[in-house]
Amino acid sequence: MKKLLIASILLGLLGGLAVTAQATPQEDLAELRAYFKNRFPNTPFKDYINGVYSIDPASREEWEEIEEFPPYELSISNGKELFDTPFANGKSYADCFVNGGIGIAERYPFFDSNSGQVITLESAINACREANGEEPLKWQKGPIADISAYMHYTSRGNIINIQVPSDNPAALAAYERGKNHFYAKRGQLNMSCADCHVYNSGNKIRADILSPEIGHTTHFPVYRSSWGELGTLHRRYDGCNKQVRAKPYPSQGEEYRALEYFDTYMSNGLEINGPGARK
Amino acid sequence: MRQSAKKFFTATLSLAALLGALTLLSFPAAAAEGTGSMIEKGKAVAEDRIKGNCLACHVMGDGTLPGNIGPPLIAMKARFPDKDKLRAQIWDATVANPDTIMIPFGRNRVLTEEEIDQVVEYVYTL
Ligand code: HEC
Ligand code: HEC
Repeated sequence: MKKLLIASILLGLLGGLAVTAQATPQEDLAELRAYFKNRFPNTPFKDYINGVYSIDPASREEWEEIEEFPPYELSISNGKELFDTPFANGKSYADCFVNGGIGIAERYPFFDSNSGQVITLESAINACREANGEEPLKWQKGPIADISAYMHYTSRGNIINIQVPSDNPAALAAYERGKNHFYAKRGQLNMSCADCHVYNSGNKIRADILSPEIGHTTHFPVYRSSWGELGTLHRRYDGCNKQVRAKPYPSQGEEYRALEYFDTYMSNGLEINGPGARK
Repeated sequence: MRQSAKKFFTATLSLAALLGALTLLSFPAAAAEGTGSMIEKGKAVAEDRIKGNCLACHVMGDGTLPGNIGPPLIAMKARFPDKDKLRAQIWDATVANPDTIMIPFGRNRVLTEEEIDQVVEYVYTL
């Protein structure tokens, strides 16, 4: 009797799972775009690459002036120099990437079926170093941000088109993990990324206007005035996790790579415009 | 002149104290009324960026640079005739709305019980 009951409960659960089909990444993307189109009817889709400035004309002017003498210019030239400098074994970064690493940043992150991992551009940069007998670089700022800035710079104007292959459950699992990170409440302050960057985008938290999620990844690495230097996307994730008094995850660990996978997928169809400048 | 003013002041004060004591005895509920210093402390906690930081989301009194994520905290007595309901909202806003962005100040121990009492007294004056 008891066994029968358990069996039928299990069956019921399974049945329930089968019926409530999960939204596909394509459906998530369509839904989020429709949401923002409705929320910011005056913002053309292409303009989301400009973050908060795409929805706030007041601060946009100030920012456009900053972009005339970009504070990240030195980082790009520094990044190019690092990129072009051969390793001790005579090989270079160009040998690790398709097309010599030029104009390819929009392909990252992607799901690599062989390793079962999400590969971000920064993780590929360090993997290239290690494969050539060099020490890995620190993840959040400095040389890795400069190299990434240069690689993004050569990819400006290219369209982001991240794939989550539907026949690959591991890729889908990584996407779902990232999505869950984005929508789950976290930290002592109990807030989700979506609380700020979806449901309250355009609203003011103190004096800061909250940017929409769409377009979040297009312009990284970013020069932030409050950092006074360039930082990677995972540095920003770190900061936004700390703000709600949540323990941040390690940069380029599985959690943030999954988050970047989801986050970048949500910017599909937009141009790469990194590196960028923000307040 | 000065002397007599002072005397008068002291007299009123002790009268007030007496009245206070009397009211306390006859209507215990009046003990819940905020005293001046409770209200001041509450204002400080509410405005402190690492404590209440209510201004991040609400227009609140004369606080500067308020956000606009939540409704302005005005006419609180009219909106919360029952002060306990106001306290409950601050203690854990997710009870009324599980999806709210408002911080569960009491449940997650962002503020102490005493600090929440102080904030309630301040907010109730708005
Ligand atoms: C308490 C509110 C809050 C929460 C929660 C929050 N953020 Fe942010 N975030 C901000 C603010 C404020 C900024 C700076 C202004 C802006 O661009 O939105 C920002 C900026 C960003 C940026 C840079 C945008 C740009 O254009 O350069 C990214 C990316 C980002 N957040 C991602 C996240 C992610 C991912 C999470 C969850 C892990 C998260 N945020 C949680 C408040 C928040
Ligand atoms: C991160 C944003 C945020 C912070 C910080 C915040 N609130 Fe709120 N608050 C809200 C939102 C949003 C609502 C609207 C109701 C809801 O979402 O459930 C709200 C609702 C309220 C209400 C109910 C108002 C009504 O008329 O129903 C009160 C009272 C209140 N907040 C007081 C406070 C106090 C006091 C503090 C600081 C100690 C505070 N809040 C901090 C976002 C916030």
